[in-house]
Amino acid sequence: MLPLKWEKRRQEYLREREEWFNELMEAGRTMAGRRKFLKMAASAAVVAAAGSFAPHSFQLVDVVDAAGPTPGPATPAAHQPFTFAYISDSHLYEKTLNERFVRHLERAVADINALDPQPDFALYGGDLAQLGQPGELKLGAEILKQVKAPLKMMVGEHDWFLDMGDLWKELFGAPQYSFDHKGVHFITLMSVNERDFWTKAGLTPIQRMQIVAGLDDGRQSRFEVGEEGREWLKRDLAKVARTTPVVVFSHSPLYKYYRDWNFWTDDAELVQALLRPFNSVTVVHGHTHQVLSNRIGNIHFHGMLSTAWPWPYAPSGLPKLTVPMNRSDPFNQTDGMGDGTIKVNQSGYADKEYNLWNRNPMTVSEKYLSSNGALDRPAKTTLETY
Amino acid sequence: MKIIAIAVLFAAGAVFFQGANAQRQEPKHPSVPTDGKEMVVQLCDGETSTKVKGVRPDERLTPEQAQSVSNELMRMWMDKVDPAKATAWMKEQSAAQSPQSQPQAPAGKPSGSKSRAAAKTAGGAEQANDFTGRDFSIWKRELEREIKYGDEIFHSDKLIGSANGIACAMCHPNAANTHPETYPKFQVQLRRVALLRDMINWCIEQPARGKRLDPDDPKMRALEAYIMSQRKGVPMEFGKH
Repeated sequence: MLPLKWEKRRQEYLREREEWFNELMEAGRTMAGRRKFLKMAASAAVVAAAGSFAPHSFQLVDVVDAAGPTPGPATPAAHQPFTFAYISDSHLYEKTLNERFVRHLERAVADINALDPQPDFALYGGDLAQLGQPGELKLGAEILKQVKAPLKMMVGEHDWFLDMGDLWKELFGAPQYSFDHKGVHFITLMSVNERDFWTKAGLTPIQRMQIVAGLDDGRQSRFEVGEEGREWLKRDLAKVARTTPVVVFSHSPLYKYYRDWNFWTDDAELVQALLRPFNSVTVVHGHTHQVLSNRIGNIHFHGMLSTAWPWPYAPSGLPKLTVPMNRSDPFNQTDGMGDGTIKVNQSGYADKEYNLWNRNPMTVSEKYLSSNGALDRPAKTTLETY
Repeated sequence: MKIIAIAVLFAAGAVFFQGANAQRQEPKHPSVPTDGKEMVVQLCDGETSTKVKGVRPDERLTPEQAQSVSNELMRMWMDKVDPAKATAWMKEQSAAQSPQSQPQAPAGKPSGSKSRAAAKTAGGAEQANDFTGRDFSIWKRELEREIKYGDEIFHSDKLIGSANGIACAMCHPNAANTHPETYPKFQVQLRRVALLRDMINWCIEQPARGKRLDPDDPKMRALEAYIMSQRKGVPMEFGKH
């Protein structure tokens, strides 16, 4: 049984589709030369109307049963399962230039505000702005004020490389911080530092920003937490017991997926080494705009969706545990985008729900990653990236 | 001889049709004067021509007549050119038409110099299509220029004429997920069999809120060149959804 919201959207889609076919047949009555073609179109329309036709643009994906809280290997002291929500990668331009991206962020805010019960807090995953402009960041800050749950901010490269974070810090505070919530230690890392490629090349701030904003622009450096950031992380973790679950927020994935698009953190191994001694570590990252799941030893990784546009899966390096989302349909304006929630279980590991707009939601559970993909595998798509 | 006949008919077509693209000057063979009573057919060398007895210019040749005209023109051409050159050309043609034609030269390697070397060992006969290094460097330079222009347009919201700041590469880094090899395919939303250019125009008009490009617009041509260049070696799979 499909959740009501998706079933409604599906019915809308099928109706639209039938209209297209009807239009085609209407045209055919006045165009004698196209009879043969229309015969084909008409029979397809009948099948579509009968409901037995798998629609191309709206691929049905079985809803995965949400796994209940599963007790993990190390049960820490005072720790209750809880949920937080996320919104990420809105890439806002000013409203006069691009009103659509603004609408998408507002839709995500409305999604989160409609959650019942409300999440304990909401994470913003970075890339609020497209080119780090004051008008973009301030507009984003204004919209995010409407989020009812307490908001945790993370910075992305699109927010940073115009003024090297000056305005972002003024609006949202330090880009690197930690906090404790219901027995879980949360860390927000600044993982999108780049080595200076601009001074020697004599680039202006906006030129630097535009190069970093180009995913496939090879003139930029690779992302890194950097030595300073790693030192900070080491000091922060020194106070945390090994049995305490740790959840890390980073904009870039803290592993190496695809270098050419900076789906990558150059010092990922060094950061992972600092996290290795802990019983349970979960990394939640933005930047990749796609369903992305990975596990390296004790660390579970989850990518977040974007509200602006989906990225295709990279030509190589996709983690084995990732069950890809569908290749997005260019005729479906918000396909492959969305927001989601993360349920932190008793073990500290999480069940990640991807609230894909216009598609069925996808859940990547703790059980799935803990069993290395043997159990609770999400349904696969028939529309793969190619 | 079938291919030769087609070449001749094509040349005849070029004589009677005016080019559709008035702006772009492509080289043309001078048309052959006719007396209006008999059809004149010109060979693709732009020089050799023959009158077809008993056929008016507005009539259509039967396949037999066309074949005989083709044979006649080829005979005239052979008489004119250097016999060694003509023999080499004939040999090349028949080899190309045989089902077991030569294996393809690896992409990017100048096949001309290779065939020239082969001709030398075979006895020194010169071939008609003997490209020099200069030809290859011109082809490469011109193609790269086209691809580079396409690359720039693909990565620029301004060049694509976007009204909302969206550029192609924002959703398609390195032209990923543009899959030019899957066209043509029927696209119900476009109500016809779509080509790559139709999808390019869809993206320009819808996500990027720009104005659609004419299929022959230099920007459209450059975009197609760039997108194709990113998918080199991918097998053609037209019709794939």
